[in-house]
Amino acid sequence: MRTPLRPLARILKAREKGENPDVIEAENRARRHAAEQDKARSRAEGRLLLLGLMFFCAFIVIGGRMGTLASSVPEEPRAAAEGNPIIGQRADIVDRNGRLLATNLDTFSLYAHPRQMVDPARTATQLAAIFPEMDADRLLADFTGERRFLWLRRQMSPEQMQAVHDIGSPGLLFGPREMRLYPNGSLAAHILGGARYGREGVSSAEVIGVAGVERQFDTFLRDPANEGAPLQLSIDLSVQAATEQVLAGGMALMNAKGATAVLMDIHSGEIIAMASLPDFDPNSRPQVATTGDQSDSPLFNRAVQGVYELGSVFKLFTIAQAMELGLVNANTMIDTTSPLTWGRFRIRDFRNYGPQNSVTNVIVKSSNVGTARIAIQIGAERQRDFLGQLGLLRATSVEMIEAPTGAPLLPRNWSEISTMTISYGHGLSSSPLHLAAAYAAMVNGGTAVQPTLLPNPNPQPGPRVISEAVSRSMVSMLRDTVTEGTASMGDVAGYEVGGKTGTADKPRAAGGGYYPDKVISTFAAVFPASDPQYVLITTLDEPVETSGTEPRRTAGWTAVPVAAEIIRRTAPLLGLRPQMDMGEPVGVTLTSN
Amino acid sequence: MRGFLYVFAALAVIGLAFWAYQENYTTQTAVREVRGLYSEIGAAHDRLQMLRAEWAYLNRPDRLADLADLNFDRLGLLPLRPEAFGQVGQIIYPIPPILPITDPIELSSDTLALEEDPL
Repeated sequence: MRTPLRPLARILKAREKGENPDVIEAENRARRHAAEQDKARSRAEGRLLLLGLMFFCAFIVIGGRMGTLASSVPEEPRAAAEGNPIIGQRADIVDRNGRLLATNLDTFSLYAHPRQMVDPARTATQLAAIFPEMDADRLLADFTGERRFLWLRRQMSPEQMQAVHDIGSPGLLFGPREMRLYPNGSLAAHILGGARYGREGVSSAEVIGVAGVERQFDTFLRDPANEGAPLQLSIDLSVQAATEQVLAGGMALMNAKGATAVLMDIHSGEIIAMASLPDFDPNSRPQVATTGDQSDSPLFNRAVQGVYELGSVFKLFTIAQAMELGLVNANTMIDTTSPLTWGRFRIRDFRNYGPQNSVTNVIVKSSNVGTARIAIQIGAERQRDFLGQLGLLRATSVEMIEAPTGAPLLPRNWSEISTMTISYGHGLSSSPLHLAAAYAAMVNGGTAVQPTLLPNPNPQPGPRVISEAVSRSMVSMLRDTVTEGTASMGDVAGYEVGGKTGTADKPRAAGGGYYPDKVISTFAAVFPASDPQYVLITTLDEPVETSGTEPRRTAGWTAVPVAAEIIRRTAPLLGLRPQMDMGEPVGVTLTSN
Repeated sequence: MRGFLYVFAALAVIGLAFWAYQENYTTQTAVREVRGLYSEIGAAHDRLQMLRAEWAYLNRPDRLADLADLNFDRLGLLPLRPEAFGQVGQIIYPIPPILPITDPIELSSDTLALEEDPL
């Protein structure tokens, strides 16, 4: 009940006593203020308490949530997960037609908890009986020692797993594993490279690429955002298989210690097949050699990493440049008197080709002297620029982790004599892949090509290197070399093969000159000459053909027949129809209306 | 009026709570079902992967070449060679069907051949 400020009874009483009634009013007013203040304070306290309580609850909830998150096993929010959460495996690698080159296989690893074993001795004996590489005594020592945990096998076959199951020891446990499988064995081994386990846990292990495209595209292959999309290469499985088969046969026939072949599309730079022998099985990749010459190891990719002086195949670049510069044409006569003396150097031909030859004949007969004379006219500076445009002075940009190791070896001082020797392929070492790209640029109409292992269905022409007319005459010179020159064994009926041979003496590993009886023989082929589509580089390391009375080592006797057989086998697979002269159909008149 | 609003609000709260309860359980069922489906798809994917690997392994060029060699007598398979390409002109026209003989003529040589037949 509200108390009036001036209660009549008290006012009257005060007036009677002669007191000031305002005091009563002031007193009442003060009391009312105090009461209101009390009320406001208690309400504020209540609110503060409520707020405090709410904050307390909020903190408790957040703290509790943090606690549960920290202590529980992480779980994927399935209902909200975007994309496909199932395919978490390393992506497959497929060839240009989608055939598998590398995939994964689910398998199991084997580990042991020795403390949980009932009968360690029996377990050790039976394990050793299942896995030949295990030793029962060592296993027993491990099982009965201090160890609580022990890896036994990275992966095993289902039969072995069943046998381990049958031992029935509670201390033997299996962990799921993903195993990288190369179903085609050693096919395209150098391109694929191989994979191994990275960090390993009981419930899973990461698979990482070791070499080749597996290493180069490791991030792509492991990226879950691709949802299992495979990595497609430009390789054609059947062409690669045929190439490797013929090359292996040729290597054995020619008694070579190594061989390599690169088949490339001249317009797109796609590598259709790339083989290097000897090779290995990427399913059980051998160890890297720690002693001896790395280039003798099967892991060595001769096509990409092997830099060799490739010999006369380089002559085409010299002639092409001279024609592009307008210094010579196909019929210009060149002095080919052998030997050519330059300071203290002498340049000789394989045999004397007479005092003068046309430029075409310099290529067809492969005259070092003639090429060197043309190179003098070009000069060092322009030669280096031209070879640079062809990509012969730096490592290839092919998508393999090994590509930078295949950087060409260049002369320290590009002198005049270097210019002359480089003009016929000595003094500059490059890989067969470099040569394939450079030859592609020579015959595809004259635009530079970047070698690639990825499909390139819409190739853009690279920067122009030589004119189309010069490119056409290069193709016809290459064709002449096969029909009437050094590569006569290279003709494949129907495919109009053109090509240039190269036989280079091998430089001594320790320096100081060349081996007298060791050569690198190379055949750079292009087919079909009427409408060039592919280049094929075939290189044999230390070949010797012994069917005659004396051993023959020149490319015309060694690399060329092998290359011809590769073309005979692969060209039909590439869908090239042979240009056979069938004669006119009898009794048919073609008309149109 | 106010009482009616209170009752209505309370009923709405009860209704919404019931709906939320139901939705919660439907969602949980759906999530469980999706999880089951995912693991089913995962298993199918693994199986498919295994079959693809096996297919690729069985069709590896080495093995096919060996099989072609082994069964050469029956199949006569050779590597694809340029000679395998033909032209349309090399294919013969279909042979017209032989008309049925409605009026056979008996020849003396027919009977002669029959008599001389040692079998």
